[in-house]
Amino acid sequence: MIGGKAGYGIMVTGMIFSKSCVRGGLHVFDSVEYPSLIRGGHNTYHVRVEEDEIHSHIELIDILVALNKETVDKHKDKVTERGAIIYDSSETEINEGDVRKDIRMYDIPLLEIAKEHGNELMMNTVALGATMAIVDYDLGILEGVIKDEFSDKGKDVVNSNIESARDGYNNARANYNNNFRSKLSPSSDKGMILLTGNDAIAMGAIRAGCRFYSAYPMTPASSILHYMAAHELSKGVVVKQTEDEISAIHTAIGASFAGARAMTATSGGGFCLMSEGLGLAALTETPLVIALCQRAGPSTGLATRTEQADLRFAMHASQGEFPRVIMAPGDVEEAFTLTAKAFNLAEKYQIPVIVMSDKHLSESHKSSEKNRFNIDYEIDRGFLVPEWNDGEFRRFMITDNGVSPRALPGQEGTVFRTSSYERDEYGWNSESPENRTAMNDKRIRKTESIISEIPDPSVYGPEDADITLIAWGSTKGAVLEAMKFLEKESINANFIHITHILPFKAESVRKMLESAKKTLIVEQNHDLQLGGIIMQYTGVCIDRSLANYTGRQVLPHEIYDKAKEVLAR
Amino acid sequence: MKPEDYNTQNKPVWCPGCGNFGILMAVKQAFAKADLKKKETVVVNGIGCSDKYHQYIDTYGFESIHGRILPVAMGLRLANHKLKVVCIGGDGDGYGIGMCHFIHAMRRNLDVTYIVCNNQIYGLTTGQTSPTSEKGFETKSTPNGNIEPPVNPIALALASGATFIARGFAGEVPYLRDLIIEGLNHKGFSLIDVFQPCVTFNHKNTYEWFNDKLYKLEDHDPKDRDAAVAKASETDKLPIGIFYREEKPTYEDEIEQISRKPLVEQDISGVKMDDLLDELS
Repeated sequence: MIGGKAGYGIMVTGMIFSKSCVRGGLHVFDSVEYPSLIRGGHNTYHVRVEEDEIHSHIELIDILVALNKETVDKHKDKVTERGAIIYDSSETEINEGDVRKDIRMYDIPLLEIAKEHGNELMMNTVALGATMAIVDYDLGILEGVIKDEFSDKGKDVVNSNIESARDGYNNARANYNNNFRSKLSPSSDKGMILLTGNDAIAMGAIRAGCRFYSAYPMTPASSILHYMAAHELSKGVVVKQTEDEISAIHTAIGASFAGARAMTATSGGGFCLMSEGLGLAALTETPLVIALCQRAGPSTGLATRTEQADLRFAMHASQGEFPRVIMAPGDVEEAFTLTAKAFNLAEKYQIPVIVMSDKHLSESHKSSEKNRFNIDYEIDRGFLVPEWNDGEFRRFMITDNGVSPRALPGQEGTVFRTSSYERDEYGWNSESPENRTAMNDKRIRKTESIISEIPDPSVYGPEDADITLIAWGSTKGAVLEAMKFLEKESINANFIHITHILPFKAESVRKMLESAKKTLIVEQNHDLQLGGIIMQYTGVCIDRSLANYTGRQVLPHEIYDKAKEVLAR
Repeated sequence: MKPEDYNTQNKPVWCPGCGNFGILMAVKQAFAKADLKKKETVVVNGIGCSDKYHQYIDTYGFESIHGRILPVAMGLRLANHKLKVVCIGGDGDGYGIGMCHFIHAMRRNLDVTYIVCNNQIYGLTTGQTSPTSEKGFETKSTPNGNIEPPVNPIALALASGATFIARGFAGEVPYLRDLIIEGLNHKGFSLIDVFQPCVTFNHKNTYEWFNDKLYKLEDHDPKDRDAAVAKASETDKLPIGIFYREEKPTYEDEIEQISRKPLVEQDISGVKMDDLLDELS
């Protein structure tokens, strides 16, 4: 873990470390914690590195890079036995008794070396070099990553950072003679990549042919905007930062009505403003994909911290009744595939589709294999009709599955109008009770077809287990890691991960839960929103729960402890 | 095309004497004169008494919700800039709830025509004060007189960067028609604010009142920004006509991704991911 004040490049440093590990064929999961500030405050970047694939960070720290005293004080208790603290005694005064005796202290002149190379902010790069020396990792890999990450800042920046890293490396080598208990060794290249959930959402959208993206900045959704904007020219995506989220969603609706695959993304606060647009997309039956990256509310809440408390909000946002799809990926791979899928569902059923993430999934990096993102993907634009030879065009024709023919403005012979008012098959406003009932039924009927293509929840672990864990979205990672702990003790646990919330696969979930012995649900909210939804749709009440609403992602050992407690009852 | 070619099956259902009849007539005449193709034109409405235009004009139509005409129009134009996008809304829609979008669409110089049916009252909700209601105006929501001074849409448009700014009157259909034609032919954001008597709820700003107050801009150079500001500030007599006109690249012109062809005509299949994946390794 590296920690220090905001403004000291903690995020970039951590990411460079993660990437250096991935380039050496190692698996990584990292997690960032930072307050809603640009300067000051306490920032940390926690990287977990393993030879095998990992799905979550853990609480323990083998090496703590402390750019200030606060970092030592806050995290020293989590440093493992004979772990290491890298610090600079000229900046961080550590007295006798401040830290446990077994912890190895690496006093490196971070500031002095950084200043020698022209910028004290490069303290973090010096520390990176020192860290690589302590774990005996290939300095060349680090230098390669630094070169790539800083290349757009010019040769001087690249060189001074490389020099800083090198001097940090040499200093640690010379003064501490390779005495740390753990080493990192690069293994063979497995074609690995390092990405966040938001990278994956943006890539999934691009893969699906999304060509229009409008959004208003809001943590933790902003990095989707940054990703799309960075690739707007190479991928031909029109990316627009609008004046607010109201405009973002309506602009996307306009683009989709014209025929472009369109997406917007936001967090809970922005989604409040988008609620009216959600209903407009529903009534006009305009396809739309919304990525909803949750953070801790209500209101501004904990603006840079994680939570999963917007599930009910997403399910019920906007007035009236209409079908919507809600999907909640649990990791970067699912974020990619489900976002790509969202575009097909949106067009096939002419509905809004919401992909739900949270700060933890959106901003944590995970290593993965490249080939998992080279998926087969067939674009399905649904009932899009290039021409119409059946009299006046019936845009909202009553059909068996509720999906009507869709034409795009510009086409000959399909002139129609759509409206936020209820309308008839042709798009003419109609308030007759018969038409109203028929139209509401038509729209809601789509759900039956959608549910037939929604997969059953994923089940991990043995079919017959002593305890069944249930979760949705990003808590998947911590649950999978907790299961590894349980497995070590030969405890039979399995895990139902629900990625498709709406429409809800009630029958499948009910069967799964009825055969479970003891059940434990893990959610990042107080009210156990998924638990309530399960009860609503299946009548099954989950036995026990772990509700975490600290703003920090639940840790594997917390789930492990809770599972043991449930089993002991 | 003839104006009646744009007729639909629906007969307008506004109050007898409503200013919307004159505006609808002028719009259809302007469409005919500008030879707008039905298939290439989209009328975008919001909410208010003016929300029905798309039901009465036979082109593609999208009726958005209250205040959100311009964001929808922007999406339409960016996805397919071959479409002629004509926005028609009310004063509450554009200058009240949609004010934020109004200003931003103008500063972008989005290439749409925006006709605001400005009746200085909320008609569809049965008579409350509007952003353009005069100070002292008594309505259901301001029974003791409105204490707020009105928004000046023309001055606001000038300050916000609109490149075509005009004002018409629903009672002067041929004159309004010509303003709309100019607006339709203008490349960039064209605002046509239209004084529209509301015979049911606004008993102050009547046809007679406007006939007394209005005069047509003559000897005014629309290229002269300062003169436009001065004209926009007049209150004793109210000028109608073209206040300001300027040639500038449109928002759409500035977007490289659509410089060759509209977004909707571009192939979206088989997107290559190799470059994106390489960036992450």
